[in-house]
Amino acid sequence: MAESYALTETTYYILLALVQPRHGYGIMQVVEEYSQRRIRLAAGTLYGALNALVEKGWIVLLPPQEGSRRKEYRITEDGLMILQEEIARLKELYENGEAILKGEK
Amino acid sequence: MTKTLYRWFWVWDFEKEEQWFNEMAEQGWVLESVGFCRYTFRQCEPGEYTVRMEMHPYEPEYIEFMEETGAELVGRVFQWIYLRKKTSDGEFNIFSDIDSRIEHLQKIARVLMIIGFMNIAVGLLNAFNPTHVGFLNMMCAALLMYGLGRIHGKTEALENSRQIHE
Repeated sequence: MAESYALTETTYYILLALVQPRHGYGIMQVVEEYSQRRIRLAAGTLYGALNALVEKGWIVLLPPQEGSRRKEYRITEDGLMILQEEIARLKELYENGEAILKGEK
Repeated sequence: MTKTLYRWFWVWDFEKEEQWFNEMAEQGWVLESVGFCRYTFRQCEPGEYTVRMEMHPYEPEYIEFMEETGAELVGRVFQWIYLRKKTSDGEFNIFSDIDSRIEHLQKIARVLMIIGFMNIAVGLLNAFNPTHVGFLNMMCAALLMYGLGRIHGKTEALENSRQIHE
């Protein structure tokens, strides 16, 4: 689990969206909302990312709900850990940026 | 009312093909069905639809996923799928980051490469055929290699910008 690479915005926001179980379209909508319409995930990009994240074990496909054909996904423990590491990394970037530009460092 | 037009687009010009569909849609003609070099358009409100195309091997699950997001499959030709979405249902793009655009180009490059090598192999086998078919295969291979170069150029431009931002 020594994953030291930065996550892409796409990956980061998908993981964040999947802290709650959601289907593809739901992810697109909530990411647009979180980012104040800055990021509009396109379906092809999202589909590829979801498959890659399932393969990594960071998210899981939930058993199908009765009466719905839509596939729902949710973040796993591993995914949550990755997300926490990423937030710590972003915090470091952010704090250094603020401090240096304010002349505190 | 519908109308059918016949056009040829090189694979490496797929963006031009897509642009043509959207110009047609702007003028009130939406892509209704596709065939090899054959495009049928149906009359619509000007700007009612956005049309996109992607090289994506046949995968019913993918089409279902696209449909969930409000897009509609217009048709398939070889490995290409043609999709459309009402502009009133929001912006329609297939890709929203550099990485997935690069992946798409690499997919196209792989297919061109396979067909190119097949032509070289068949060309060599036919080299001693008195009908000179082998020569035609080599011409095809050369053309495909040119296309590969064009796709590679697009990929490289994206990779350069990927070094600086997402």
